[in-house]
Amino acid sequence: MLKRETWQAWALILPAVILLVAFTHWPAITTVLDSLYTTPKGSRPPRFVGLDNYAALWDDPVFWTALRNNAVYAFATIPASVVLALLMALAVNTALPGRPLVRMAYFTPTMLPMIAVANIWLFFFTPDYGLFDRILAVFGGGRHNWLGDAATALPSMIAVAVWKEAGFFMIFYLAALQAMPPDLQEASNLEGASRWYFFRRVTLPLLMPTTLFVLVNAVINAFRLVDHVVVMTHGGPNNATTLLLYYIYEMGFRFWDTAMAATLTVVLLALLGTLAWLQFGVLGKRVHYR
Amino acid sequence: MMHRRTLLAASAASLAAPSILRAQTVKKLSFYYPIAVGGPIPAIIDGYCKDFQAETGIEVTPVYAGNYGETLTKAVTAIKGGNGPQMAVLLAAEMHSLQDMDILVSLDEIGLDAAGKAWMAGFYPAFLANSRAEGKVWSVPFQRSTAVMYYNKAAFAEAGLDPEAFPKTWAQLQAAATKLTKRDASGRVTRWGIKMAGDTGNAQWTFGALANQVQHVLMNEAGTETYFNHPKAIEALSFWRGLASEAKAAPEGVSNWPQLSPDFLEGNAAIIQHTTGNLTNVKANAKFPFGVAGLPGKDGPRTVVGGGNLYFFKSASPAERAAALQFARFVSQPARAADWSIKTGYIATRPEAYETKALKDYVAGFPAADVARGFLPVAVGELSTFENQRVYTALTNNVQACLNGTKTPAAAMADTQAEADRILKPYKKA
Amino acid sequence: MKIATRSLEILGAWMLALIWVLPLLYAVWTAFHAPAYATHFDLTAPLTLQNFVNAWEAAPFARYFLNTTILVSLILVVQFVLCTPAAFAFARMNFPGRDVVFGLVLLQLMIMPDVLLVGNYRSMAQLGLVDSILAIALPYLGSAFGIFLLRQIFRSVPQELDDAARLEGSSLLGRLWRVYVPLARPTYIAYGLVSISYHWNNFLWPLVITNSVSTRPLTVGLAVFASTDQGIDWSIITASTLMTSAPLLVAFLLFQRQFVQSFMRAGIR
Repeated sequence: MLKRETWQAWALILPAVILLVAFTHWPAITTVLDSLYTTPKGSRPPRFVGLDNYAALWDDPVFWTALRNNAVYAFATIPASVVLALLMALAVNTALPGRPLVRMAYFTPTMLPMIAVANIWLFFFTPDYGLFDRILAVFGGGRHNWLGDAATALPSMIAVAVWKEAGFFMIFYLAALQAMPPDLQEASNLEGASRWYFFRRVTLPLLMPTTLFVLVNAVINAFRLVDHVVVMTHGGPNNATTLLLYYIYEMGFRFWDTAMAATLTVVLLALLGTLAWLQFGVLGKRVHYR
Repeated sequence: MMHRRTLLAASAASLAAPSILRAQTVKKLSFYYPIAVGGPIPAIIDGYCKDFQAETGIEVTPVYAGNYGETLTKAVTAIKGGNGPQMAVLLAAEMHSLQDMDILVSLDEIGLDAAGKAWMAGFYPAFLANSRAEGKVWSVPFQRSTAVMYYNKAAFAEAGLDPEAFPKTWAQLQAAATKLTKRDASGRVTRWGIKMAGDTGNAQWTFGALANQVQHVLMNEAGTETYFNHPKAIEALSFWRGLASEAKAAPEGVSNWPQLSPDFLEGNAAIIQHTTGNLTNVKANAKFPFGVAGLPGKDGPRTVVGGGNLYFFKSASPAERAAALQFARFVSQPARAADWSIKTGYIATRPEAYETKALKDYVAGFPAADVARGFLPVAVGELSTFENQRVYTALTNNVQACLNGTKTPAAAMADTQAEADRILKPYKKA
Repeated sequence: MKIATRSLEILGAWMLALIWVLPLLYAVWTAFHAPAYATHFDLTAPLTLQNFVNAWEAAPFARYFLNTTILVSLILVVQFVLCTPAAFAFARMNFPGRDVVFGLVLLQLMIMPDVLLVGNYRSMAQLGLVDSILAIALPYLGSAFGIFLLRQIFRSVPQELDDAARLEGSSLLGRLWRVYVPLARPTYIAYGLVSISYHWNNFLWPLVITNSVSTRPLTVGLAVFASTDQGIDWSIITASTLMTSAPLLVAFLLFQRQFVQSFMRAGIR
């Protein structure tokens, strides 16, 4: 005999939970299973191969390139976009001349589809007569084949990602800043504390929950945001901009090697799982969070 | 089994029967088509489909799915997902891979009678180079092109070159490109001599042309072996790399296909290697006199064909396959092939189209439109193997590494060969 | 000294804003001028709407708009309808398995459906849903983010309000509807904004799962439209970019204060 509250509660959560499990947990499980079989081809059915796909992945130099690229991409985009977001929020939280305009400017990237702005960035990065080269030319700079040069292609992708994300994160910081009690600031003004001291000892700690939230999103996006790679570089030149999810897409939908795509996905899932554990488990404990 | 045979025979027979009969069995076909931006192409294709419906009662729905690579991705993914089209225009070079996936149906299996065989024989042989395997015909040439050079005649005159005599050999091309490269007082390049595409999806085409220019064949006919690690292939890549590293007439690094047209129209590149399919676009937008020329070669002009063929898929019913084949014959009729060529700049796939008055008149008034056809005798098919996209990717990555100066041409070709060998290992007959 | 620092800060904020809005400025410039001016900036250049006409005619944008609108509204409505009761149960009810199930739900915060392209594609193929708007939406309908946010806000609703409603004889759903939902309004707005902008701009999964004009959302339509074998045409691309993002841009312009405030009150901070 179930308690009334129990079956009521289950009735309330079940529709959402079923959908969630069906399209998150279930595909995750089938992906793990798929990674243990070969890719079915024509009339050849899939064959169980144990960990062979993982061994193949280990030997695949492109995988290591993608992993390294993604690490660079994450370590650059996450701090850059979070710090910029905080600075933006601090800026538009003061009595800045033209504040609505500035706030609007910061937020526009969030509203523009990445797929569309990627084409605009393509123009900015065009060698010789593109925007950046022209600006640099004014200062006597030379020609840059931004996207065609393996050394600058990934930094260019990072710049686009930071541009896209910072404004979105700013909104969260802004909301948090505006919710902070104004008497704190007044008190510190009375005590003659420096702005930097106040920021470091009062504002920043109070913003910790927001930072955690933004950080989680930034980490996810570092592995999720590949739209601009699809449009701008296709992972080139020579895999300089291949990120893990892009490689999964390429493996699964350009080479139709579903087994390897599944294997790659498992690696990415493991990576995300570890990061989640680190963030919520380790960082989360140090944050005052409801 | 018997049942299927009869159906097949019936559908083969119906190819010759009045179209009204067939309209009762098949009403709709869907058709994936790779399309370029802004151009007039969707309207033209829509028009052909309407004409076809008026004539046969069969409604053909074109699905425009992006460029060649994206259309391939979409078509194959859809077929694997169980709701694919009955036919698609895909890169001619994808034949081996598509066949390997076991999703194609050959024309022989759909059924070609004597008239059908005669019809197939009427295409330019170069366009059929990527259609035959295992003694069967797997695709029908449709949106076909060759690589050509577009060049800025004003720039030629300015550099003291004869605008009517485009280089015919590599040495001449490199010399001309060097002269065409213009620098301002600070040494900054304001106009590049030449640009060729090395980005994903295009590097293999550029390279295929260069390989043919030293008369090197990159793969066997079965598509199971490649010959990248060969002195001639290395020579071809060295020439490409040398345009930037030695002649300084091309930019360092990789140039992207989509940007070549703007570069050319902008006056930023004096010569670009592009497709004939771009002719109408360049004609409409160039603000300077421009020329179209065949590609040079090490010793004389040689080029590569490109573009898409119509493929037919196994997942279609026999009646649908027959209707699809009928559509292929419909669009290759001389008058339509001529119309297609005039409106797009692609090469009409059959000599008889050039006998039509419309195309004769057009070519007389705009000789550039007929340049590419003259180079068909020196054209080869595209690089085409099993696991085509993977071999392309291996080649593209190494070409890009070489263009970036991180690998020597010899190392790039050796690495490409090693990678291709690994990819093609399962297909090698013991 | 202090004034100098402050001026520097203001200048910095403005510079950053300029950089951030530059792509939009470029899009506006190019979209309203003839293609010849796409790479030449001349203040006297004549304005034109031709690029918009060309873009509109070159691809079935009307249909793409319809698809995206259907997609975004479908996702938003279902997310609200499903997440609200689930969040309530997790916030205010005691039942065996609650913490385990909630943990499983939270897992989706990190492992988003976007990453599971291959597995989800196969599921959709088995369900016969490939190339349908429903298939684009399905993986996002049960949203961990929505459940998490609403649970946070529901937990902050004073228990006395709930008890009072119970004494008046309100049913479970009645209390949820009359007490909790109204108090969570800012959260719904903030979450709605995030959901709409996310799905309006989502690309990779719709790209994989759709094939035809009748299902493609704007982003995929735009990508198909812009991918070019003839060469990139910035005029027409910027015109279509502005067209496709105009609704969101205008909406934010009109409501930006309310958005920030709802974020503030929603406790997403």
